[in-house]
Amino acid sequence: MSGRTVSAASGKGVGADAVAAKGWFGAHKWLLARRASQLAILALFLLGPLAGLWIVKGNLSYSLTLGVLPLADPYVMLQSLLAGHVPETLGLIGVAIVAVFYFLIGGRVFCAWVCPVNMLTDLAGWLRARLGIRGSAHIARQTRYWLLGMTLALAVATGTIVWELINPVSMLHRGLIFGLGTAWAVVLAVFLFDLFVMSRGWCGHLCPVGAFYGLLGKWSPLRVSATRRAACNDCMDCFEVCPEPQVIRPALKGEGKGVGPLILAPSCTNCGRCIDVCAKDVFNFGLRFNPPGNRAPAAPQGEDPAAGSN
Amino acid sequence: MSAEKTKPPPRSAAVSAQARRQFIFDSAKMACGVGMLGLGLGLYSKQSAALPPHALRPPGAGREGDFLGACIRCGMCVRDCPYDILELAKPETPVATGTPYFTARSGPCEMCDDIPCVKACPTGALDHGLTDINQARMGLAVLVDHETCLNFLGLRCDVCYRVCPVIDKAITLEVLPNSRTGRHSMFLPTVHSEHCTGCGKCEQSCVLEEAAIKVYPVALAKGALGRHYRIGWEEQKKAGGSLIDESKMLDLPDRLPEGMQLPGHYDPASGATAPPGALQSDLPPGLSSPSLPSSPPGFGGPSVPASPAGMPGATAGPVPSHPPGLGGGK
Repeated sequence: MSGRTVSAASGKGVGADAVAAKGWFGAHKWLLARRASQLAILALFLLGPLAGLWIVKGNLSYSLTLGVLPLADPYVMLQSLLAGHVPETLGLIGVAIVAVFYFLIGGRVFCAWVCPVNMLTDLAGWLRARLGIRGSAHIARQTRYWLLGMTLALAVATGTIVWELINPVSMLHRGLIFGLGTAWAVVLAVFLFDLFVMSRGWCGHLCPVGAFYGLLGKWSPLRVSATRRAACNDCMDCFEVCPEPQVIRPALKGEGKGVGPLILAPSCTNCGRCIDVCAKDVFNFGLRFNPPGNRAPAAPQGEDPAAGSN
Repeated sequence: MSAEKTKPPPRSAAVSAQARRQFIFDSAKMACGVGMLGLGLGLYSKQSAALPPHALRPPGAGREGDFLGACIRCGMCVRDCPYDILELAKPETPVATGTPYFTARSGPCEMCDDIPCVKACPTGALDHGLTDINQARMGLAVLVDHETCLNFLGLRCDVCYRVCPVIDKAITLEVLPNSRTGRHSMFLPTVHSEHCTGCGKCEQSCVLEEAAIKVYPVALAKGALGRHYRIGWEEQKKAGGSLIDESKMLDLPDRLPEGMQLPGHYDPASGATAPPGALQSDLPPGLSSPSLPSSPPGFGGPSVPASPAGMPGATAGPVPSHPPGLGGGK
C-alpha cells in the first residue's frame, strides 16, 4: 500500500509480500470490494439528483429505496429521541432494519464499507505513509466514546440534534447529494487533520458516529479471525495497514494467554485489509459462534512453545 | 491508547492507588476537554436556532426548537416537493445546517392538496396530523411597509390579494377614503391571521423591488392580547345585548390630538362638525378651516348632550374618529 513504510519481515514495502504471494488482485480484493461498496452506495444516492433515476431518495440519515425500503440512521434517530421526539412509523422501521443489519455484520462495517468520509481519511492515511509524515498528536482512542456521550447529553440538554450542526459525516454525504456549500471546508479540515496532525485521527479517535456504530455491533457475530495465527511471521504488515491496530494484538498474539483468534474489539471496522495484506493468510472472516477453527482448537499446536514464539 | 480497561492485577496497594489516581486524572482530562467542546457546541446550537425571518419551514413544522429536535436532515421533503422550492441549509447558510427551508420571495409554497412533503417526513418534524393544507401555518404575511405599498399610495395594485390562495379570507381589501385626494378610495390589503397559511405567494408576487408584504414567522408577526382582554362589541354580540346598564353609561367627550383637524369630525366640545377636506393644506379656495377647540374638551365650549348612538357618522364624516368602544360602534 505504501512506498516508504517498510515491512519488518521482508524489508520491502508493506503488502509487498502479500502481492508476491497472492498477486496484486489477491492482495487487494477486500480493499477493492470496499471501495466498490462505498462508491456504489454513493452512486445510488447520486443517480436521483444527477440522472433523474430515483432508486434511492434521501441520504444516510434516512432514505427510501424504490419507494418501499426505509433505512434510517439509528444514531441520529437516538439523538432525536433524546431530544424528545418519536419518529414516524417508516422512520422506526428504518431504524430497526439498519440496527439489526449492523448488529449482525459489525457496526463499524458502516465506517469501512459505507461512510464517504472513510475514503478521504484512508487517502490521508495512505498519503501520510507515502510522504513519510511522522509524529502524531496524541489523543486517546476512547475520546470518541466521550464525544458520543457528549452529543447524546447535548440532545437531552438542548432538545435539539446539536451534533448534526457540525457532523462532517452527514455534512459530506448530504452535501454531495443536496449541494455541498462550504461543507467542503469541514471535510478538508478532517482530511488535513488526519494527514498532518494525527494519524487516523478522525475515524480512529474522534468520530462519535463510528463510536456509536462500534457499540451497536459490539456483539456482532461477523468478525475477522486470526484463524491461522500460528502461521504469522511477524511481518507487521497488518498492524501497518489496520486503521485500528490495537484490535489485532489480542487475537493474533493471545494464544499463549488463552485468548481466541477472533478480533472482538468493537472498534474493528471489518474492513478486511489485514486479510488482504497478510502473505500467510492468517486472517479470514469468521463467525463469533463458529466453533471449528476458533477459540481453543484454533492452533493445532496447543501449548506448543513454537506457537508462543510466533 | 489502551487505557480503555485499566484493570490492574492484584498488586501492591501503592501501585493500585497510583493507577486509580491516573485513571481519575485521565477521566478528568477527557471530561474537561470534551465538556469544553460540548459547551461551545451547545452555545452554537442556541445561536443556530435563531431562524432568520426570510427562511420559512415546510408545512407542518412546529416551533423552531421542536423542529430542530425532530428533523434529522434527510431531505425527503425536499425530494417530494413537486415544485422544488425546498432547500437543505448549507453550513454557511444562517439556518441550522441541513434543515429544509424555503424563501417566499423566490419560491413560495404552492400549497399542494396532498401535502407530499409532510407525508415524506420520517420523523415528527413535519406533523403528519396536518392533512388540510389550509391549516398550515408556515408563517404569517404582514404588510410591513405602508409607505411603498402601491395600494396604500392610493393606487390599485391588488396583486398580493389576487394571488392569495385563500383570497378574501387570508387577505381582504379594506376600503378606506383616500384623504389625500378627498374623493377616492384606498383598497388596503389586510391579512387575517386565522386564515393565512404563510405560503408566501403574496410576498413573491409583490411588484415592488423590495416586497412591501412579507411572510414572517408567526412568533415575529403576531401580537397577543392579554388573556384577560375582552373586546366589548364581541362580548355584546355573544351575549345578545349590552352587558352593562347603558342608561347609566357616561360617554366621555372625544378628543383629537393637539392641533389636529379631522374633516367631518364631530366635536362634542364645540358642537361643530369640521367640514370635509379641512385637513388638506391645499384647501380649495373659499373653504375656511375652522380651528376646533381641542382642549380641554367638555370644559371650554357649551356643553352638548352626548348621544352615543349614531353620533360620529351622522354628519357624513368619512373617518370615524370615535374608537369603537363599549357604547358606540357597530
